[in-house]
Amino acid sequence: MAINPLDSRFNWQVDAPENGWLRRLHIDAPLMTGLLALCGFGLVVLYSAGDHEWIVIERQVIRLGMAFAFMLAIAQIHSRQLKRWSLALYGFGVLMLIAVLIVGDIGKGAQRWLDFGIVRFQPSEILKLAVPMTVAWVLSRQRLPPRWPSLLLAAILTMIPVGLIAKQPDLGTSLLVVSAGITVLFIAGLSWRMITGLAAIAGAVAPVVWMNMHGYQRARVLTFMNPEADPLGTGYHIIQSQIAIGSGGLSGKGWLHGTQSHLEFLPERHTDFIFAVIGEEFGFTGIVALMVIYLFIIGRGLMIAARAQDNYERLLAGGLTLVFFIYLFVNTGMVTGLLPVVGVPLPLISYGGTSMVTLMAGFGMLMSIETHRAKQ
Amino acid sequence: MLESSLEDRQREQRLVRTRALVSGAFVLLGVGAILMRLFHLQLERHDHFTVLSTENRVKIQPVPPNRGLIFDAKGIVLAENHPSFSLAIMIEKVDDLNATIAELRHLIPIEESDLARFERLKRQRMRFQPVPIRQNLTPEEVARFAVDGHRFPGVEVQAELIRTYPQGLLTAHVLGYVGRINEKELARIDKGNYAGTNFIGKSGVELAHEDVLHGKVGHQQVEVNARGRILRTLSSTPPAPGQDLYLYLDIGLQRAATAALGESRGAIVAIDPRSGGVLALVSTPSFDPNLFVEGISQSNYNALLYSPDKPLYNRAIRGQYPPGSTIKPFVGLGGLSLGFITPRKTTYCPGYFSLPGQKHRFRCWRRGGHGTVDLEQSIVESCDVYFYWLANQMGVDKLHGFLAEFGFGERTGVDVSGELPGLLPSRDWKERVRNQPWYPGETLIMGIGQGYFLATPMQLAAATAALANKGRLIQPRLAYARRVPGADTATVFPMMSRQISITNSGDWDITIENMAKVVESQRGTGKRIRSNDYRIAGKTGTSQVFTIGQKERYDATKISELLRDHALFIAFAPVEDPRIAVAVLVENGGSGGATAAPIARRVIDAYLGGTPLPEVPTEVVDGD
Repeated sequence: MAINPLDSRFNWQVDAPENGWLRRLHIDAPLMTGLLALCGFGLVVLYSAGDHEWIVIERQVIRLGMAFAFMLAIAQIHSRQLKRWSLALYGFGVLMLIAVLIVGDIGKGAQRWLDFGIVRFQPSEILKLAVPMTVAWVLSRQRLPPRWPSLLLAAILTMIPVGLIAKQPDLGTSLLVVSAGITVLFIAGLSWRMITGLAAIAGAVAPVVWMNMHGYQRARVLTFMNPEADPLGTGYHIIQSQIAIGSGGLSGKGWLHGTQSHLEFLPERHTDFIFAVIGEEFGFTGIVALMVIYLFIIGRGLMIAARAQDNYERLLAGGLTLVFFIYLFVNTGMVTGLLPVVGVPLPLISYGGTSMVTLMAGFGMLMSIETHRAKQ
Repeated sequence: MLESSLEDRQREQRLVRTRALVSGAFVLLGVGAILMRLFHLQLERHDHFTVLSTENRVKIQPVPPNRGLIFDAKGIVLAENHPSFSLAIMIEKVDDLNATIAELRHLIPIEESDLARFERLKRQRMRFQPVPIRQNLTPEEVARFAVDGHRFPGVEVQAELIRTYPQGLLTAHVLGYVGRINEKELARIDKGNYAGTNFIGKSGVELAHEDVLHGKVGHQQVEVNARGRILRTLSSTPPAPGQDLYLYLDIGLQRAATAALGESRGAIVAIDPRSGGVLALVSTPSFDPNLFVEGISQSNYNALLYSPDKPLYNRAIRGQYPPGSTIKPFVGLGGLSLGFITPRKTTYCPGYFSLPGQKHRFRCWRRGGHGTVDLEQSIVESCDVYFYWLANQMGVDKLHGFLAEFGFGERTGVDVSGELPGLLPSRDWKERVRNQPWYPGETLIMGIGQGYFLATPMQLAAATAALANKGRLIQPRLAYARRVPGADTATVFPMMSRQISITNSGDWDITIENMAKVVESQRGTGKRIRSNDYRIAGKTGTSQVFTIGQKERYDATKISELLRDHALFIAFAPVEDPRIAVAVLVENGGSGGATAAPIARRVIDAYLGGTPLPEVPTEVVDGD
């Protein structure tokens, strides 16, 4: 009988001497480097996109500081603990979502806006972490690849919060949460036949989703097909962001010299459409550089997943990393006109705090998984 | 822990590694696709976009439509727009907000209340949207800021049209009000169409007809210089202004009805049975809707919110009360049409009614009893025992089915936002909600409009209008027509109605005649409002608070008043050719005949002799 490294009687946790203090702080050096490079790049772009307003940078730096601190705090927690908390966090998040829906319903009366706005808190953010955690928890209880009962449970646990979020309605976030569940399933080895089947079902369900969409959501999809139809709304975004990106050319117009951005042709240029500012001011070269940083981070994440020592860690690490990629893909896809406009920010670069904290918490989990790894 | 061999675990690890690798391939594929797209945009089509970009001196600006006005039936304006200049700050562009505001105060007076409102609006703002700090700038203040404004980056003067309600308290519960768009509403509306619009309907008619009143945004193409300043307008698509609404509401009648209620808490809904048009919709006490347009101050709001009289509460459409004896004509009609009784059939009222084999006594309001009564007498004198007896024969299912035809238990669909559906109890409802079986005794008290049964004054008025119409139930409406400002024609909103079918149409006449006798008979509970000018058909009602007002019981200081019965009265007139149907409710008003009926009489008096249809300055055509 081989020694089971998962057996807690054997404490295999040894600090690797080669990167001593970083490891003691549970910081994964490559990941940290990638994240710092990305956020640094982001701040440079934001200074330009935010009309050279220091206040915008200050606020973003404060947010980043808090997000990094949060990441480090989470990195100290062993994945055993994370696993234990998965379901509780999930339950808490779902309850909060239900509460939001109920309060939202009551709030339809005349005085809605006065009750509003003391604390701003989005329970859907919790689910971006809780869903991959819970699905990983469910699947890691059985041998991989997952079988029907676990699959069904995982699917149900994913769809409950997705349904609640879609009802809010928040298309972008529900998309991210559903992909969090799916990516974990994929990493867990969901058979290709099943994947094809799921894709077929998704194709069949699409018309039903369309029927249930809100008017403005349909409008977004329609505008995507024909941007000129709505020159003031989302169509305008797409047209202007493509002009910004296209006119950037190979090397860009230079930092702070994007005419599209600075003449205020580009809406939401500091938030969801900041990628267009990068394209305009830094050109194709700048975009490639940015993509290299992103790929480095994603690559490191997948590596952590592959090297992790139990199934929960593997699935969680893989799922979180792939969700990060989906953020990137959906945002850049929509800004470049490949995908319809759904409100997904460019991860860790767009101005704004809600998604940043969640993303960094995810990276905290990755660091925890890597740095708590027993030495082999 | 799962029993697993080393081999198994190695297989799992290999599986995950393979999947991680495949994921990596997908990631590369995805990033590759994005880069291909960028290659296409930035290198292949670079020249094309460069031209577009350098020529992109042309900006598209939204031109918001003016909100439609609202007129009453006589053409008196109830909601209008006043131009106003306000000073606004784009928070994101201001370095030190407090210093900026302090500096601004040297230039333009800013009160503490302005600051409080600013703080509140700031919390609900959309990002990069200017937040108003001072409203109603004088021309002199505007000029002063024009000179010194360059010292304040991020601060600007905005010209806006501010909604005003000249009738103030009189129309608050009908029209509702508009307010600044908040984040939640932003998610619901078409952002393109609301680009440049600051206000949106928050309640009442303003919310129910938001799409008609708002209009469609226009845009203009303007040429800007390198600093973004507008040089000239190149072309423009004018906005389609919001349409004006012409209501059935008669502000004169509304005023008379409000005056008739006086200081009491209560509600009046008056409907023209021929059109379903709402002639008056009153809920007292009321509030000043103008306070809400620019964001009400916390102290004003708290005063309204915590006032024991609940002025924000729209009793006419959200107040759900036991209909009490006003339901009796409907129950009687049900008994007739379903064949349970004939007009001559009698029962004996000893002052109480007991179910066979049970001791519990369901009391009549007259302790000594009415003796032998038929349908006419029991409506005229409002005998409870007769209706216990009848309801017991009909049973809850038939009772529920028949009353549902009059729209009880569902929203009337009146175009005032926020209506509640009341409650028409049924066996199924009780099973579902209370998880209890239906008891026969509950059928009895349902027959006299008590127990779980709840109706809004709006429902009572609509049902009364249906009685007056001999079964034609028309969906009540505030809006008669809409008109594009300046257009030659106005479009009439379609009328929605359904016919309540009963076998013998003579039963309508019997019911109406019985109701007329409530007012005309010497023994009628509504005899004190008898008129010599026209015949009124009515029914008094007194609904017990005790059964529902659990909460009030603990307020020792007000116990006597808040536990008093609600007074109700439904009526229509003239009997031969009904032109107005009214429902009156006075909270804790005591007896329906003494309190509510005279109020209804005053409303009817104020109306009869008025014009039959709203006045619209142009020809009218039917809408879709």
